[in-house]
Amino acid sequence: MDRLPRWADVALVPLVSLTLAAIISALVIIAIGQDPWEAITVMVEGSVMNAYGWGYTLYYATSFIFTGLAVTVAFHAGLFNIGGEGQAQLGGLGVALAVLFIPWPHWTLALLGASVGAALFGAAWAAIPAYLQAKRGSHIVITTIMFNYIAASLMIYMLVDVLRPPGKMDPATANFPPQAHLPRFNEIPGVNLIFETKVPANVTFFIALAMAVVVWLLLWRTRLGYQIRAFGKSESAARYAGINPTRIIMIAMLISGGLAGLMAINNVMGEAERLLGNSASGAGFIGIAVALMGRNHPVGVVLAALLFGFLFQGGAELGLWTKIPIELRTVVQGLVILFTGALDVMVRMLLTRIFALFRQPKLEAA
Amino acid sequence: MKREGPGNTGEDMVATNGADAAFAIELKGISKAFGPVQANKDINIAVPKGTIHGIIGENGAGKSTLMSILYGFYKADSGQIFVNGALTPIPDSQSAIRAGIGMVFQHFKLVQNFSVLENIILGAEEGQMLNSSLAKARKELDRLARDYDLDVDPDALIEDLSVGHQQRVEILKALYRQADILILDEPTGVLTPDEADHLFRILKGLKDQGKTVILITHKLREIMEATDNVSVMRRGTMVATVKTAETSPEQLAELMVGRKVLLEVEKGVAKPGEVVLKVEDLRVRDEHKVERLKGVSFEIRAGEILGIAGVAGNGQTELMEALGGMIRATGRASLKGADLPLSGPGADGQSRRAAGIAHVPEDRHHHGLILDFTAWENMAFGYFNDPDYQKNALLMDNDALRDDTRKKMEKFDVRPPDCWLPAKSFSGGNQQKIVVAREIEQSPALLLIGQPTRGVDIGAIEFIHKQIIALRDAGAAILLVSVELDEIMSLSDRIAVMFDGRIMGFRDPETTDERELGLLMAGVTGKGEAA
Repeated sequence: MDRLPRWADVALVPLVSLTLAAIISALVIIAIGQDPWEAITVMVEGSVMNAYGWGYTLYYATSFIFTGLAVTVAFHAGLFNIGGEGQAQLGGLGVALAVLFIPWPHWTLALLGASVGAALFGAAWAAIPAYLQAKRGSHIVITTIMFNYIAASLMIYMLVDVLRPPGKMDPATANFPPQAHLPRFNEIPGVNLIFETKVPANVTFFIALAMAVVVWLLLWRTRLGYQIRAFGKSESAARYAGINPTRIIMIAMLISGGLAGLMAINNVMGEAERLLGNSASGAGFIGIAVALMGRNHPVGVVLAALLFGFLFQGGAELGLWTKIPIELRTVVQGLVILFTGALDVMVRMLLTRIFALFRQPKLEAA
Repeated sequence: MKREGPGNTGEDMVATNGADAAFAIELKGISKAFGPVQANKDINIAVPKGTIHGIIGENGAGKSTLMSILYGFYKADSGQIFVNGALTPIPDSQSAIRAGIGMVFQHFKLVQNFSVLENIILGAEEGQMLNSSLAKARKELDRLARDYDLDVDPDALIEDLSVGHQQRVEILKALYRQADILILDEPTGVLTPDEADHLFRILKGLKDQGKTVILITHKLREIMEATDNVSVMRRGTMVATVKTAETSPEQLAELMVGRKVLLEVEKGVAKPGEVVLKVEDLRVRDEHKVERLKGVSFEIRAGEILGIAGVAGNGQTELMEALGGMIRATGRASLKGADLPLSGPGADGQSRRAAGIAHVPEDRHHHGLILDFTAWENMAFGYFNDPDYQKNALLMDNDALRDDTRKKMEKFDVRPPDCWLPAKSFSGGNQQKIVVAREIEQSPALLLIGQPTRGVDIGAIEFIHKQIIALRDAGAAILLVSVELDEIMSLSDRIAVMFDGRIMGFRDPETTDERELGLLMAGVTGKGEAA
């Protein structure tokens, strides 16, 4: 089998996939009687053509980086963590408890405490499926999906019956104290020169980028990462090398759950500043697409997260400024996931054949 | 000895069977490429009727591809197939069967819980009801058994038959379909020497009855023993076709590899020292609670190679894996007097390596290597905790690891010497060299080495054997498991024969012979000693 050149593998395949997704999306828009050119104009202008748009795009991207990295770490251990959504919701619970019940003197300390809470709760939620996989052989895909539902129910119970302030009607916690307010881009000196109006993007974005570096170091520079990748590639070979499968499954899933949980400091602490129901709002699932599209590499994850941030924000703009319903955003995302994830192999095979066609004459000439 | 150019079919070169000089099979200009890999390049071969024709070549030389083309599994990119002188296109295996070609695969294609008779008619049933076909097959089988000395109980279930008998069923299957030309792909890989001898007698019988046999193998001894003519393949081309009587193993080896090779291992006298490994009453149960290792005891001394002979699947794998810390076992084992835990904490690959046991596993693809990892990543496989490979408490020193890998690849002549290539891009021999380099260069007290040269080309075999001897001479104890009796005989200082999870006896390679070992491998103890 011929191989694609590396640049084509890394850049061309996703670009072709995206183009295909865009073409089908355009056809869908035409089918509902709207103008696809107008749609793309509105999406681009509302998300990346001005600072305000970027403030939202980066906010969404921050969440997706966390959940994408979560899927990536588990994937390298050969585990498919579908439970990012539930783990992120539990992370939100961790943030709320840490911020509401401990009086933090300054946002930096509050951020530290909330991060620990978010990561611990996310990791704990991943720990049970991990244990069941490692010790009982229950498939992690099934258990993590089920744990998403359990998480949703648990959050409703916590918000309605436990954390709801007396006298309030909506299922949410009290507002977080002002000491726990994370600086947004329009409040950070220097950055606020670009972001003049209030945007949801906040300091968590930099933590997300830092975590991408940490994950890269972990997977490709540490002994633990080496063992995680070795185990993920070949369980039987890992047994030969003396890599303890239980240990790797547990550690990889704890890290994965912790990363998914960390997402909550972006949306719960950085944006809503209280815990609401369905706090993760699908970011856990989008993390799967982000990791798939990012080829399970932190750099790819960051880039894919930016793309999905654009789709999210651009889609919202569509709902605001055009007659195209906001639900079309879901259609476009679905198509992007379909083409970059599921149909990746198809695009790859097609390109491989095209490349082979161009290469053949060269070989004969040589 | 003359060699032919690729354009010559060599019709004047081969031994034919008396007056009848027509060819059963003639391939002209067969080429087949898989992507950029040219598996067969302009192959010409002529197999005279009523002869046994050997096809020999290293792994990847293109033997199996050629036979798959002949049996209709692959379509050749170009070239023609003649059967009994007539141009016969073979687009699928049904056409091959109709043309009178039968194939016995290396891995049998039999239904385990069907009887011999049922397996033989499978795919050749006539009518809606089985009874008439079965009755007809039983009569036919009776005749075949008489004609060709192929005695098999037609009502026995396949799962109750020995491997040798299962192979006979495969041959009967082909004959029942009126095959005149029989292709056998590496037929002796799973047989004891005795069973192999019996197979060759059957093949001679078939030849005497006018059948044509094509025998694919990489074992020179079998070629010399059983064939009339032999064709040698190297890197997708047919390099020579010669009369077996006019060639020698050395010449064939040279043709296969393309350079002179040493077939005999040069080895000095062993100087055994203190006891390194002591194993007592080692037992292993598999996941179905079946006992695979039934109480094995032995010792290996420093500077000594203990070879375990036996047909594959008689407990050798379990022995290696238990000692390598891969599976749980009961009994006792000690290394230089220190206890080796066989289950629970300390019974894992990391503890074993820390104790000074290196392990070249039998299956390098599933155990010894991570095929997607680069060569340098594989060089740390199992040794990722080695202090030499750490930069600080957190990070690994990949530069040091790569330097180390480059040195080992150079010393063991791994080709290409590129430590960034993934393991899957290397040939089998070079993959094995990476594993052997990694394990031997740890200077272990004990080396467990399983099937050291399986799927390895002759040139690399010579090299790996030398390294094993060198490690022994440096004072290591070595436990060698191999299904290649030649390898066991030439490398071992002592031989233990395993059968059905037990050691049937120990022998001195100087005083024993293949016959005696073969009997022990089949579970027959001449002197009434069973361990």
